[in-house]
Amino acid sequence: MITLIDYGSGNIHAIANIYKRLSIKYQLTADPNVLKEAKKLILPGVGDFDETMKAFKQLGIKNLLNELVVEKQVPILGVCVGMQILGKSSEEGAEEGFGWIDGQVKKFDIEKLQTKPYLPHMGWNTVQPQKESQLFENIISENGFYFLHSYYFECKNNDDILATTEYGIEFSSAINHKNVYGFQFHPEKSHQNGVEIFRNFANLAC
Amino acid sequence: MVRDKGLIKTVKFKDSKYLGDPLNAVKIFNEKEVDELIVLDIDASAENREPNFTLIKNLASECRMPLCYGGGVKTVEHAKKIISLGAEKVAISSAIIESPQLITEIAQAVGSQSVVVVIDVKRTGFLKKQEVFILNGKKSTGLNPVDFAKKVESLGAGEIIIQSIDYDGLMTGYDLDLIGKIREAVTIPISALGGAGTIEDITELIHKFGVIGASAGSLFVFKGKYKAVLINYPSRIEKNQILSTYINK
Repeated sequence: MITLIDYGSGNIHAIANIYKRLSIKYQLTADPNVLKEAKKLILPGVGDFDETMKAFKQLGIKNLLNELVVEKQVPILGVCVGMQILGKSSEEGAEEGFGWIDGQVKKFDIEKLQTKPYLPHMGWNTVQPQKESQLFENIISENGFYFLHSYYFECKNNDDILATTEYGIEFSSAINHKNVYGFQFHPEKSHQNGVEIFRNFANLAC
Repeated sequence: MVRDKGLIKTVKFKDSKYLGDPLNAVKIFNEKEVDELIVLDIDASAENREPNFTLIKNLASECRMPLCYGGGVKTVEHAKKIISLGAEKVAISSAIIESPQLITEIAQAVGSQSVVVVIDVKRTGFLKKQEVFILNGKKSTGLNPVDFAKKVESLGAGEIIIQSIDYDGLMTGYDLDLIGKIREAVTIPISALGGAGTIEDITELIHKFGVIGASAGSLFVFKGKYKAVLINYPSRIEKNQILSTYINK
């Protein structure tokens, strides 16, 4: 059973639809009583860093998520802003992130981009794996993934970098530390490559 | 383009032809692995209607590619709701002529990256001057498209779709002159719409401007000279060929 954390992020339904089509059991919830039993978590995300962190505070599930991820080591996959909030902080706002992966979120420096358009980094781009990972099984690298963002995650430890992508600089487009995974691109909007990521996450041994 | 819940295609914003059910079309576009979908309810603003939120929710959950939705977006609440229903981007057009600050407000609420301004352009008058039109091409604003593009960028738009009403449905190629002027004027991503009739038209656009959105309606829904309705899309190999003309330049 995959638990999609339902805190109001729009891309949750597209992720749910993929699991539905794969006939993999899933649930959408923000109810602490249901969440505390979760075996695998997905943290969707679209939009602003601070707005997202505030949503967890308002729902009163921030501490519970910490407990699940840090103490119970429940695997969790964050997408887009859902990845960025895995870090400690962001240049986009003042709120504190979860800090499960050491790093901070920075804005792309447009001085380093040679050709227009500059920002956002929008559209299909390729992802170069930097480490072996079960999550990349059956991925066709050259088919790429869909990106839509102006901020990127800067890992403190290079060991946490799962894959990188070029956009003016080489940035971390996928990260992993222990049971915590983050993807800057939108697998739910990346056709078959994205479907494979969600299937692989479901197959990950707990 | 959507009208009365049906998918349609126009010529010069007129003579709309019914293509089928939008959700069915999305399922086919999923199979074709389309890069991105733009759905515009073309009558919503002209008829002063709200966006059709049920349709948006159904489209967004069905789409396995990014979705941009526009039509009838007049408030920050509309935009927030569209994003919360699962669209990646919200397109605005008519409403920002009267209230340009709406761009800034929506950008603050959902992030610049999700704010797309559609600029419809038509040649008008004795001098065939290009002007920005709104309300489905019915009303002239008197605004110059280049100045307007600069303005919407400064207000926080994340992307511009530049649509040529004169070229709509003609399938004779993009208005490269217009697109070139807009590309020069702004730094945000732009997408060209109106006129694409062949894969060569897209190749030419990309060859000329590099990273640019190449959008098309007729090209992807019609087949043959009698314009039989048949949804089609370049394969991955064809797409790579299109892109290689730029990369190898």
